[in-house]
Amino acid sequence: MRESLDLSMFVKREGGLSHLDLAVEGIGCAGCIRKIEGGLKRIPGIVDARLNFTNRRLAVDWQADLLEASDVISALERIGYRAHPFEPERAESDEARYARWLLKCLAVAGFAAMNIMLLSVSVWSGGATDMTPETRDFFHWLSALIALPAAAYAGQPFFHGALRAIRARQLNMDVPISLGVLLALGMSVVETMSHAEHAYFDSAVMLLFFLLCGRYVDHAVRRKRKKVTAGATVYAGSISYSGALTMRVSAAGAGTLIDEVERLLARAVTSRSRYLRLADRAARLYAPVVHTAAALTAIGWLLAGASLHDSIIAAIAVLIITCPCALALAIPAVQVVASGALFRAGVILNAGDAVERLAEVDTVVFDKTGTLTLPQPHVDNAAAVDPDLIETAARLALSSHHPLAAAMAREVRDQIPYAGAVEEPGQGVRAVIDGVEARLGSPAFCGVAGAAGGSSESEPGTSLIAFAHGTRSAIFAVRQKLRGDAALVTKSLTGCGLDLHILSGDRPAAVAPVAARLGISQWRGALDPAQKIAAIEALQAQGRRVLMVGDGLNDAPALAAAHVSLSPISAAHIAQANADAVFLGDRLEPVRDALAIARRARALMQQNLWLAVIYNAIAVPIAVAGYVTPLIAAVAMSGSSILVTLNALRARRRSEDGRRVSATLGGADTPRLRSP
Amino acid sequence: MNVLVYLVPMALLLGLTGLTAFLWSLRSGQYEDVEGAALRILEDDDIDRHA
Repeated sequence: MRESLDLSMFVKREGGLSHLDLAVEGIGCAGCIRKIEGGLKRIPGIVDARLNFTNRRLAVDWQADLLEASDVISALERIGYRAHPFEPERAESDEARYARWLLKCLAVAGFAAMNIMLLSVSVWSGGATDMTPETRDFFHWLSALIALPAAAYAGQPFFHGALRAIRARQLNMDVPISLGVLLALGMSVVETMSHAEHAYFDSAVMLLFFLLCGRYVDHAVRRKRKKVTAGATVYAGSISYSGALTMRVSAAGAGTLIDEVERLLARAVTSRSRYLRLADRAARLYAPVVHTAAALTAIGWLLAGASLHDSIIAAIAVLIITCPCALALAIPAVQVVASGALFRAGVILNAGDAVERLAEVDTVVFDKTGTLTLPQPHVDNAAAVDPDLIETAARLALSSHHPLAAAMAREVRDQIPYAGAVEEPGQGVRAVIDGVEARLGSPAFCGVAGAAGGSSESEPGTSLIAFAHGTRSAIFAVRQKLRGDAALVTKSLTGCGLDLHILSGDRPAAVAPVAARLGISQWRGALDPAQKIAAIEALQAQGRRVLMVGDGLNDAPALAAAHVSLSPISAAHIAQANADAVFLGDRLEPVRDALAIARRARALMQQNLWLAVIYNAIAVPIAVAGYVTPLIAAVAMSGSSILVTLNALRARRRSEDGRRVSATLGGADTPRLRSP
Repeated sequence: MNVLVYLVPMALLLGLTGLTAFLWSLRSGQYEDVEGAALRILEDDDIDRHA
């Protein structure tokens, strides 16, 4: 039996059926779908299992009276996959609905843009051939017929946003967008009625189309930071190894660890929500600049003696041509591509702006237990002991709830506990096997204390379990192993100029050897959650950008307080909830990859912003001068959008190859370490 | 140019059909698991049933 997790909070019940969403590790190929779904459906009681290959999530429905959630997870483990329950946030369905609405708007805008472009191209080429003014008017009216309803529908996300902003007496990106679209459409109708040569229906709808593309991908990565409210003690306090411990935590009153953690969390979370994303900062600048430029254009033309009609057309051209596509499309596109690359590297983002914050990191703080080390302890000297004896001991360990017994039980081949096994709390477990009593537990309990003698406590961080069966006995050394690649990863992180720290709640004697092996000179042990926060805040007060990597209940406030944070998927729920991203697997490598991908992505975002600046520097003077025909607007807009999107795609190509990732981290991007 | 009077509406109608088809596929959840769909087609478990 593996540790009995309290999974009840993840399970949704409805009419005798239980539903659980799981994040599954180790899915790599098409065969996995069949292995998992087929394997689960063969189990009596499981009604449905559906794997979403795109996000590696598995939805399982089963009859509540036949199975438990832990049965499903252990069944998956037998099939060969490790699964972690997760709680789809309550807001997710709302967000999914909003995303679908955006996609519908996008479809409508795309349909309208294509059809209007068909008509517009005819009109433009008609200028050079023999199109009659009547035909041109007919095409303009047809364009209006498509554009007006399409804009009324597809423009809603922007109109709503603009209204909200105006009501709050603020300016956001939606205001110039809505203004530009509405003015362009209105003016085009007027122009069409007066049989004019130019109408801007295509520009208005194409603008909507590109912006909706950006809005849609932006929404896909941007998820609202979860607010931790008082009384949110619904979190299982910690991943506890035994049912008894869980009960004790949930029954505890004020002054316990979880209370302390909650209190610290509330403070830490508010302090970080002040972070302003790159795109938002640019957007703040954008709206006033565009409005001013448009207004100045109109006034300038009026003063120069142009007619009111021509002045307004020039102003509208400025509004349209300063297409915020680079802003609204390119940065979200980089984020989507980067989060895809992160996903392939085994990192799942919780917060949309995590990529940007990861890129700014110059200091990495690790927790020790469960982060630098593997979450579960392992039997270290299994190879040195008679396999038969291990098997007997491990089968006996199945009957115990002690965490060390769980480590022991992982060595078992035959998952059948012995009948009549009795656990003596705090001492061990005993059972009669083959007519002889067997004991597993503390050396004293098993009567092999003398044998333990020399090796006991000689190595810090090692716990000893004794096993005695008749005359045969053994001592097992159980300890937390470092993640396989921990030394390699910390070395390469140091190599590229990052400052590494260990802040652990564990005894200094247990932290020291780990720090020594990883070559981390700055470490502290025996810290409580408040001290961890204080240490991180001290670093941040020096102007450092801290990445916190931690997994425990006591790390949660530190995770929230740091500039950006990562948790292994095995982390306590409250730690995961406060981490910006979660990484999968037994390796530490995703931490390094995440940093490399994030830096690359941020560099691309900045490039894209510069591309946007250059584009506007060329396009705006043309618009101000009044030379923007619908044809020029269409070419400029689509050209700039395609350019920045293609540039964004580079975030994917470079990061797919692991070696190149580390090369990027160690080489080219190092000078950008402290870029603003 | 009278040919435009019925050709243009026909073109629009065809476009609208495509739009409707897309909205339908969206509603029926066909974009929930794009990668999975590409792999599921390789599975053979539907063959036995029809054989």
